[in-house]
Amino acid sequence: METATLPTESKEAGSGNIVEMSWDPITRIVGSLGIYTKIDFDKKKVVQCHSTSSIFRGYSIFMKNKDPRDSHFITSRICGICGDNHATCSVYAQNMAYGVKPPPLAEWIVNLGEAAEYMFDHNIFQDNLVGVDFCEMMVKETNPSVWEKAKKKQAPHAKEHGYRTIADIMTALNPFEGEFYRETLQVSRMTREMFCLMEGRHVHPSTLYPGGVGTVPSIQVFTDYLVRLMRYVEFMKKVVPLHDDLFDFFYEALPGYEEVGRRRILLGCWGSFQDPAVCDYDYKTMEKWGNAMFVTPGVVVDGELVTTNLVDINLGLRILLGSSYYEDWDNSETFVRNDPLGNPIDKKHPWNQTTIPKPQKRDFNGNYTWVMSPRWFDKRTGDHLALDTGGGPIARLWATALAKRVDFGYVKSTGDGVEINLPKTALKPEVSFKWNIPKWSNAIERDRARTYFQAYAAACGLYFVEKALEEVYAGRTETFTPFKVPEEAIGCGFHEAVRGVLSHHMVIRKGKIANYHPYPPTPWNANPRDIYGTPGPYEDAVQNTPIFEENGPDKFKGIDIMRAVRSFDPCLPCGVHMYLGNGKVLKQQHTPTALMGLAKK
Amino acid sequence: METQKNVFERPPAVKEVHVIWMTTGLGCDGDSVSVTAAMQPSLEDVVMGNVPGLPKVHLHNPVLAYEVGDDFMKFWFDAAAGKLDPFVLVLEGSVPNERIKSEGYWAALGTDPDTGQPITTNEWIDRLAPKALAIVCAGTCATYGGIHAMEGNPTGAMGLADYLGWTWRSKAGLPIVNVPGCPVQPDNMMETLLYLLYQVAGLAPIIPLDDQLRPTWLFGKTVHEGCDRAGYYEQGDFAHEYGSPKCLVKLGCWGPVVNCNVTKRGWMAGIGGCPNVGGICIGCTMPGFPDKFMPFMDAPPGAALSTTASGLYGGFIRMMRGITNRTVNKEPKWRHPRAALTTGYSPKHYGRN
Repeated sequence: METATLPTESKEAGSGNIVEMSWDPITRIVGSLGIYTKIDFDKKKVVQCHSTSSIFRGYSIFMKNKDPRDSHFITSRICGICGDNHATCSVYAQNMAYGVKPPPLAEWIVNLGEAAEYMFDHNIFQDNLVGVDFCEMMVKETNPSVWEKAKKKQAPHAKEHGYRTIADIMTALNPFEGEFYRETLQVSRMTREMFCLMEGRHVHPSTLYPGGVGTVPSIQVFTDYLVRLMRYVEFMKKVVPLHDDLFDFFYEALPGYEEVGRRRILLGCWGSFQDPAVCDYDYKTMEKWGNAMFVTPGVVVDGELVTTNLVDINLGLRILLGSSYYEDWDNSETFVRNDPLGNPIDKKHPWNQTTIPKPQKRDFNGNYTWVMSPRWFDKRTGDHLALDTGGGPIARLWATALAKRVDFGYVKSTGDGVEINLPKTALKPEVSFKWNIPKWSNAIERDRARTYFQAYAAACGLYFVEKALEEVYAGRTETFTPFKVPEEAIGCGFHEAVRGVLSHHMVIRKGKIANYHPYPPTPWNANPRDIYGTPGPYEDAVQNTPIFEENGPDKFKGIDIMRAVRSFDPCLPCGVHMYLGNGKVLKQQHTPTALMGLAKK
Repeated sequence: METQKNVFERPPAVKEVHVIWMTTGLGCDGDSVSVTAAMQPSLEDVVMGNVPGLPKVHLHNPVLAYEVGDDFMKFWFDAAAGKLDPFVLVLEGSVPNERIKSEGYWAALGTDPDTGQPITTNEWIDRLAPKALAIVCAGTCATYGGIHAMEGNPTGAMGLADYLGWTWRSKAGLPIVNVPGCPVQPDNMMETLLYLLYQVAGLAPIIPLDDQLRPTWLFGKTVHEGCDRAGYYEQGDFAHEYGSPKCLVKLGCWGPVVNCNVTKRGWMAGIGGCPNVGGICIGCTMPGFPDKFMPFMDAPPGAALSTTASGLYGGFIRMMRGITNRTVNKEPKWRHPRAALTTGYSPKHYGRN
């Protein structure tokens, strides 16, 4: 495990058979990601990793001078799997800039839509994309001995999920043919229907506006949502124990597997689901309403909760250029010198960023990606922390657990974990799950947290349906508050995209967008070495990942690396690319200097 | 005399067909994600042969593929070398203009083994288009440029027909098939693919397309013609704020002049949509999207006239709408493949100009 706050060269001294391997594109993710590694096949370890993204579109450039009210429609198009998270976050930023507070029912409707998005997106990613890395076909191909063990291993929760052995679970995950793969694909459709009930269309919503929603709050809309939600709740009672069995088996079958994808605990969560009783979108009260969110915002460093205050989180944001294809904006305009509370805003903060693209050749000794390096400035230490989101759920659950603020019956934060209580369903009794803070921030725990967060989102959904119907029954059916766009204003939105932290920062001048910078989770996870030489989280997590795959360089699939990278739920319309070469032997070599100079100076 | 077999019992004219699905235009992968939502037919219906009469379909899509890296790229290289035949090429995302700068790339997929540099999306289009049986553009970015081709964009993005030429024909004589939508409506995309597969199998005649290369049965009507709020329009009863269940035309809905079936079909299983469920139509299926519809939340020009006139003679309204419809069915002029950026953005560092 490497610490990501310091500039790192490869620490491996005295190595032998180092082979350059790359995977480009990494499939079964959204977007374009390449991973370029050097692997020491004698020591069975990755010694170096670069991640690269091959797409640039230029949102911050073409949004300039547009009408601010267009921003959620436009930014939704950043991402094809969580576009609605962008639309929602943009609406939050606009609400702040326009000084408008939507009616409570509108907030419950947005929360229901976003809950459905988590239920859908984690579900399809976990079992139709990541799950393939754990399926029979893949395990047989990469680790035949593990497959043999899986056939003999009884699944501890067979009674709950119906699969007798771990091998049965793996077979069920085979793409298109596996029973569970097909079931989960179908569930991903039902959950998207729930989403469409609230936000109109998946994945770019039609009914979200600053000030509220256009969704018609009929009894029918909530009934249609609730019956589907209860089917999902029942599905969760099978899915959570199934994944616990599968993931626990990997620790048992491959001792040391906890090191795969492991990095220092450096997690960020920007909070999710507003509470309309507290949230007024005023920057000055942001700490208060941020802490009332149903997923608590927070920065977790080495297992310690540094802050849950959205103002602190906002002030700490820094965008570093690192090894990306952009020019510095030191000589460009400073849009925001102080926040509304009077705190100074850094030149490297998204409010003050100017995006200046500089297309150039890819050079792993220099600049090699279109992703910049977001960092969080830790004022205690002066470090620019390369926080990751762990794909979202692990950071959300970790921050929420430590903060001990969330407690609404269906979900309770306990300090050491999170309890999720699901009611009786057609075929199964009430069930309580407890997610416990894990020992590591690694591939398996990121994946495990994803499953638990699906149940968390379902539990939130139940509560939000109750609250929405409370409004409807009381006759409070307004869903929209009128507003005016000011001539000059600033706004920021904080949300959790499915795969982690999401912020939108906007500056309005003369009634038009003067600056707009969205920061989705993937730039946080997929970024390259920054100006201090600190590698991005994927790079950091893959570097020093041990290799358990039984194939040598000639037939190498890189499965352990794939599991490490996919555990972050890469989504690169916002940022990366992997490539598996043919295993060219790079150099036989006994000193670490061979790799010097590859890290950015 | 030999017994005539039923159509679905006959062997398809082509036994196997590959679908090379390229997501590396300037896009968001939203169209790939969208087709995983389709149920009429679903992806697995097509891939697993649950639709009668189809050839065996091999789908190569990066969001869903089992293979990674070189194992995955092999299909691309084979297709470009003529070793993967026949194949249908699907493009998702707009085509950037790689000619407006001296080096680097806007969009790429895979690595050139000789140079170690990424292979641009445009290079792949150049290699694959002449070999493809048909090309389908999924979503508004690939069809007409879409969001990433907005005024002031830095990449010179355009639709595929702008890049290859509107009169381009595949080696089988087929024009580009455009299925716009941002993202594409799930069943619209899968149904179009299914139609083409039937055509390949020799079971369907040539696909009917309009002058914007859209399947006529999907895009022949307007949003307004399918909208269940049109009754309010007829009665001159309009919404004045976004939470209202009435006609949204005065709040920015472009439904009367936009070719799209979402109000009829819903988004999934008849659920959701746009103005029918409270979302203004922003014209996301149209060649003129997004510029000709912005600011989205202002009433379209002419809305005031046509709404007061809604009690007047219908033929007049149809004529006026016909004019607006023709305007929004045209792309803005800066979407072109020439070696110049004319979007309004002034680049500092493209190594040209």
